[in-house]
Amino acid sequence: MRPAATAAASRVLVALESVRDPELDESITSLGFVASCTVSDDGVAQVRLQLPTYFCAPNFAFLMVADAYDAVSAVSGVSRADIVLEDHFASTEINGGVAARAGFVQSFDGEAVDELESLRATFVRKAVWAGTDRVCRPLIAAGRSGEELVGLTLGEVPASGDLDRLRSRRVELGLPAGDGDPLLIDPSSGTAIRAEDLPLHLRKARVTRVSVEANSGICRSLLQERYRPVGAQGDKR
Amino acid sequence: MYEKDGEKYFVVDSHMHHWDASPENWVAGAENYAKGWIECFHAYQSLAPAETHWTIEHFQKASEEDLMKNVFEDGYVDVAIFQSTYLKEWYTTGFNTTERNAALAEKHPGKFIVNGRWDPREGDAGIAQLESDVERYGLKGVKMYTAEWREGSRGWTLKDPEAYRFLEKSQELGIKNVHVHKGPTIWPLDKDAFDVSDIDHAATDFPELNFIVEHVGLPRIEDFCFMATQEPNVYAGLSVVIGGLMHARPKFFAKVMGELLFWVGEDKMTFGSDYSIWEPKWQIEGLVDWDYPGDEFSDYPRVNVATKKKILGLNAAKLYDIEVPAECQLPAEDADEPAAQDDAVLVGP
Repeated sequence: MRPAATAAASRVLVALESVRDPELDESITSLGFVASCTVSDDGVAQVRLQLPTYFCAPNFAFLMVADAYDAVSAVSGVSRADIVLEDHFASTEINGGVAARAGFVQSFDGEAVDELESLRATFVRKAVWAGTDRVCRPLIAAGRSGEELVGLTLGEVPASGDLDRLRSRRVELGLPAGDGDPLLIDPSSGTAIRAEDLPLHLRKARVTRVSVEANSGICRSLLQERYRPVGAQGDKR
Repeated sequence: MYEKDGEKYFVVDSHMHHWDASPENWVAGAENYAKGWIECFHAYQSLAPAETHWTIEHFQKASEEDLMKNVFEDGYVDVAIFQSTYLKEWYTTGFNTTERNAALAEKHPGKFIVNGRWDPREGDAGIAQLESDVERYGLKGVKMYTAEWREGSRGWTLKDPEAYRFLEKSQELGIKNVHVHKGPTIWPLDKDAFDVSDIDHAATDFPELNFIVEHVGLPRIEDFCFMATQEPNVYAGLSVVIGGLMHARPKFFAKVMGELLFWVGEDKMTFGSDYSIWEPKWQIEGLVDWDYPGDEFSDYPRVNVATKKKILGLNAAKLYDIEVPAECQLPAEDADEPAAQDDAVLVGP
């Protein structure tokens, strides 16, 4: 591989970092879903994706393959993106559909009635709930009162990766995300949370985070089990 | 029965199976699905302690002797509830049918409760089958697998009018408990396959039925919790929660248990081993020994011996009218203690 191709492969990997599992709200690279990534001398990027199980939900799988296709295609030095999801019951439909830019409904003829944007939005909303817990928990631990929390604007919250992530998810949904907007809003309507609704709001934020993170933990364990190196198998009896 | 530190725990395994997923039972042309399905289950077993892992060959088809030893002899279970799952599009004689389960139950009187199943897509024939199954097996419960494939359809929801017809029929025939399993690939594929909102509708419209949501709606615990607080007849089936998290992800296990105890409450949580994905022995021993690992969980409801007795058997015994020996029952004051939200502290200020 020539240096140009090596450099392009690094750029492709960076691009893949921006692709998220919509359900887990994490990058497919950090989740270990990218099995390999190469770019040929003539600029063809070949990316192989792997998921925790053969029956992982096909709609989320489709979104990840399609998003990877878009992200990789936009990388400079890439002439063509070839994204292949492996070992999945719907690999053929998903890979073929994405490569043909067919959309979900056409790729799963007769099995879907809509594209996946509303599904995606549902899960970005969950990410806003979970992100609210990630940002608020340290504030509460630092002694902020409920009254203070409902009065805080995003610009007044100490900078953190979790805060950036929360803001970007709010932007994706068209929710208020400016410095002067409240930290605590209803992720559906965008209206500010009142002090009397705060305890339940934080409870909902926390259970959503627990749910997503527990799910993510199971996915990581299953992925590890599925693709662990040959010879490392568990004991037998 | 399990005994620890002088306490006696009556154990009802409210979610277990005896399947045949061996290659001889794979439907020609659907081998990839049949193989993929059981391999997926087998991967879940890897979340258990290593000394309880099985080979894939053993896992595909446990023998009757295995089951009796793992569940009753070694596994402390007093009564086990068979959940029937057909999957006949992939497994020629079915994955684990009511008929197969009932044959085993008949050989071992008093050990098993056999639950049936129905599928609204089977229409009139399905209704007739349900009537005959209830008469033949005396069903008190059914297991719904809404993501089952059938003739090109990849699933259904409890909101479907046809499903309501079956729910009405179930109620009329004296069925009390509806176990619902959510899984991937429900139709239509653009919707969230794990969405539990259909259970909400059914639970409201059929107040005489109990809905036990297996795997607590995992991976949608939050949706399940919001629903369960509003529906008195919705229960949390802990299969997969204990088996999949307690050993492999103890911190998340503590958080998930804490959330369930807060939102759903200890009176509405039921133990299920999900055998033969996981053996019950380590799950029961682990749960009885379990407490929150550290201070960061201090605002979740506390767990005590009574909590664990309810979860391991007393709650399911109530649902299925199983007689519990006096030595395993709770003292009157524990049994009446209110659970869940009242004694939990809200997070934050």
